[in-house]
Amino acid sequence: MIRIKCPYCGERDHSEFTYGSDASIKYPALDAPESEWTQAIFFRENIRGMQKETWHHTNGCRLWLEVERSTITHEIKSVKACHPQIEKITKSKL
Amino acid sequence: MTSVRKDNYGKINRDKAVSFTWDNKEYSGYEGDSLASALLANDIKIVGRSFKYHRPRGVMSSGVEESGALVTIGSGSKRDPNVRATTQELYEGLDAKGQNAFPSVNFDFGGINNYLGRFFAAGFYYKTFMGLPPFEWGKGTGIWMVFEKIIRKAAGMGKASREPDPDSYEHSNDFCDVLVVGSGPAGVAAAKETANQNLNVILIEQDSLLGGNNLADRKFDPSLLQKQLESYGVRVMSRTTAFGVYDNTVVGALERVTDHISNPNTSLPRQRFRTIRAKHIILASGALERHIAFNNNDIPGVMTANAARHYLNRYGVLTGKNIVITTNNDSVYQTAIELHEAGSKVTILDSRKDISMDLPKEIELHLETLPFSINGSKKIQSLDVCKAKDKTNKYTIICDQVLVSGGWSPIVNLVSHRGIEPVWNEENLCFVPGDIKENITVVGSARGIWNNDDCVESGIVGANEAMNTLGIDRKEISFPSVGGWSNSIDALYEVKSNKFPSKSFIDFQHDVTAEDVRLAHREGFVSVEHLKRYTTLGMANDQGKMGNIIGLSLMAEQLDKTIPEVGTTVFRPPYTPVPIGALTGRNVDKHFRPLRVTPMHQWNIDHGAKMIDVGLYQRPWYYPENNETLSDSYIREATIVRKTVGICDVTSLGKIAIQGPDATELVNRIYTNPFAKLPIGKARYGIMLRDDGIVMDDGTSWRLGENEYFMTTSTAAAAKVMSWLEELLQTRWTDLKVNVTSVSEQWAGAAIAGPKSRDVLNECVFDPNEITNENLPFMGVLQTKLKDGTPCRVVRISFSGELAYEMYIESDYAHGMMDILWENAQKYDGCLYGLEALGALRVEKGHVTAAELDGRVTIDDAGLGKMASTKKSYIGSAMRKRGVLSADDREMLVGFFPINEKETFNAGTIVCEKNQIEGQGVGRITSVTHSPELGHWIGIGFVKGGLEKWKDITLVGADPVRDKQMEIKVVSPHMIDPEGKRMYA
Ligand SMILES: [Zn+2]
Repeated sequence: MIRIKCPYCGERDHSEFTYGSDASIKYPALDAPESEWTQAIFFRENIRGMQKETWHHTNGCRLWLEVERSTITHEIKSVKACHPQIEKITKSKL
Repeated sequence: MTSVRKDNYGKINRDKAVSFTWDNKEYSGYEGDSLASALLANDIKIVGRSFKYHRPRGVMSSGVEESGALVTIGSGSKRDPNVRATTQELYEGLDAKGQNAFPSVNFDFGGINNYLGRFFAAGFYYKTFMGLPPFEWGKGTGIWMVFEKIIRKAAGMGKASREPDPDSYEHSNDFCDVLVVGSGPAGVAAAKETANQNLNVILIEQDSLLGGNNLADRKFDPSLLQKQLESYGVRVMSRTTAFGVYDNTVVGALERVTDHISNPNTSLPRQRFRTIRAKHIILASGALERHIAFNNNDIPGVMTANAARHYLNRYGVLTGKNIVITTNNDSVYQTAIELHEAGSKVTILDSRKDISMDLPKEIELHLETLPFSINGSKKIQSLDVCKAKDKTNKYTIICDQVLVSGGWSPIVNLVSHRGIEPVWNEENLCFVPGDIKENITVVGSARGIWNNDDCVESGIVGANEAMNTLGIDRKEISFPSVGGWSNSIDALYEVKSNKFPSKSFIDFQHDVTAEDVRLAHREGFVSVEHLKRYTTLGMANDQGKMGNIIGLSLMAEQLDKTIPEVGTTVFRPPYTPVPIGALTGRNVDKHFRPLRVTPMHQWNIDHGAKMIDVGLYQRPWYYPENNETLSDSYIREATIVRKTVGICDVTSLGKIAIQGPDATELVNRIYTNPFAKLPIGKARYGIMLRDDGIVMDDGTSWRLGENEYFMTTSTAAAAKVMSWLEELLQTRWTDLKVNVTSVSEQWAGAAIAGPKSRDVLNECVFDPNEITNENLPFMGVLQTKLKDGTPCRVVRISFSGELAYEMYIESDYAHGMMDILWENAQKYDGCLYGLEALGALRVEKGHVTAAELDGRVTIDDAGLGKMASTKKSYIGSAMRKRGVLSADDREMLVGFFPINEKETFNAGTIVCEKNQIEGQGVGRITSVTHSPELGHWIGIGFVKGGLEKWKDITLVGADPVRDKQMEIKVVSPHMIDPEGKRMYA
């Protein structure tokens, strides 16, 4: 029963969102070697505690959000737009 | 008559008699009765048969913990089994029946199981899996297969209706500052205190009346309470059970809207599933009285002591004439006095030694005395009692009712849902809630506080705690301490009997006896979780509300440990059963999921289309003429497309507008094939891979301008591709100046396919000479207008392998476009074609769809390797050849023909070598069709090593599901016009 405070839409039920993936991954350049891509795609920390992850406001404003969520309690510590420019705009709006 | 209605008692409405039927006989009760109280008022003692042994059972409680009076309500499609008679409100015409018995609960052939007890002891089912004991132990499950049906029929409780549920249900969302669960003294105090501070407060109560255990008080008036709470601004929801507590202080609740009404308004849902989001939850869920295990402690007439008080003071039913109350604590004495005043002869057995209680002299008090064994089978005749110190010192008391109090268990279930382990309170012999770090506070007897005044005070303390978390500063006062009885409780859980066979029940609903727990221990089940599963203790639908503590104490005794050392099992939602219908709500039948239709949906239907569900879409399947069958129709349609021309609705394809200075860069990065040099006015077929190198989707992108593309995706992947592009642009490539917009709903599309398609198009567009091979070459794009001036887009693209086009128009003009296209196609003897013919045409050409691109296939597997650029990097390029993805024996796309041309096959057929028809074979057929062009069935699919390896070798198509086998051969997937002469014509 997670509720996410979308910086654009406000607090909404998690059923409006789609989970994306681990937000801490830095994806390699497209021409990076297979080994780097393998690391980025297949290797994940199994975090017990606060985790940065991406969520898509699929049935809302369609922003991709970076959410800091506790994997133990589902407590959400912070939410921001992934795109830096959008983040600036939504932040100033608040 | 031993159980009777008393004048001047109860909160029922005696002006309103209510008639109901029990086992097809008519009886009468009053408005305000529960089914259980009405049965008791009619002196009906046997109301059910037990699960395994089919022992007669009566009403054992007055609430949700009931495990004896489980009945079936209603009949036909409305039949509802395993309803607790204690919580079912009586209404005019209520039709209730006993269950788990044949022919009736009074006389039941299944009662023979009572004498076969040895076979049905703990672990019976598990042992039967290993072979029928003792004859076949260790011989495997064969015997289980034989007996399963018989056992399943004999065991189990009520039977659910097999008909569709005629009732409707709904979902509702509620928000509040403070949610109070329970309307006993603690809950009411908490609700008033918080509402007084202008907080938004909801109070929910599972019962129809407010008051909790105050309802057992003769003078208590629940109607005043309702008004009072409402005047404070509290939203009161009665008949609503909090069945689960979830993350972020969310409570799941079930409201029974019409279960108590005889002819409910059909516009009302039967039940409402409420999701309540609170900022703070105050749990005032109360406590339940426990039983004591002793021989025959399940005979009808045994009940908890507090239940008898409820029946007397709430329902005006005196449940026994000659009552023995057996206890180990103080809570029964008030009950004893009231039952005595109501006219019963009352005897108290107290297991304790030195206690002081003021009792009328007519009430006999036997100290240090225990219940030993009940005599009687269908009703209580007498009770053998013994002395606590010397069990051989026995005597018999004649009685018709035995009331039991083995102490009280706070309802910690809802707290347990949050993963908070309860803590054992040795002084009061009960589990109390552990330390809670969330915004949840437990008050009243749910935290082990027994006295009314202390409960009220705890409610106020709880309210303060809630207000502090909500930012209203209140001084911290501490909770009244746990307990509150003047004499301490005695650790009495079981009175052991040397009688055989002794049946001392601890879980009445699942017929688990004290001996079963000991047997489980002897067989090595020493953890509580294992004990629970092996004996099924606490696994009935009462979830061990009554039996858990006794089971734990017996296990502790066996292990020579204390109860807290043994621990307790975890309670999980739901607290009381929730019907599947309520979970589903309105999402049934046509409302199960949204329906998507194309803008020319009605046009298609008006022109004879039979529709088919594809994902969320309804699409034209085929257009039968003169009662044609599906196969006649699609074969005719596909034939006409190859001969003249056909029109097909392709609107369901995903459509994305890509705009911005970096549009080309984006498109070039996501497709495997080069897009950087695509000229304006041209389209290109493209493949997208996932990060891991597997094919994600295929589609086309048309360059409409310097900075603008129009992308089409497959129907199946439309939403996924859109989200994917947004993810890339917002999380990875944030420097790209490009915008993507889904325009799937904005554009309607039709395919015009066949050798006459160019002629038809020229008749439809404004300039009848506009569409030429030079003007619109293969993969060319034209923004033009229809004869009537409506702007449209035309692309020369082919899925069928014929000369073909797709035309797109703003959705509002879809009917007009179809009218023009169809009017002119008919001039060339054209047809409308549906999805089935579309499929046939594409299989003949070996074109892949979602059936082939199933998330396991690489671009090379799909035979499209030449579309993977080696000159640029793109999503998936680094990974597409990794390890297993470039193995030699990968399955590759091929075509399949039956050796015998009269043979047919189905998608899903496994391709095997002739002498090795087993396992996963060497490949699979993914799509099949009759080929009108070739005159026989064809398929495409995958085979290890591809065409190269299996050319000219006869293979076998195995279809074990349909019990079918046929000889097949592998051919090129491009079965018709492999050079594409028609397409480029
Ligand atoms: Zn949003």
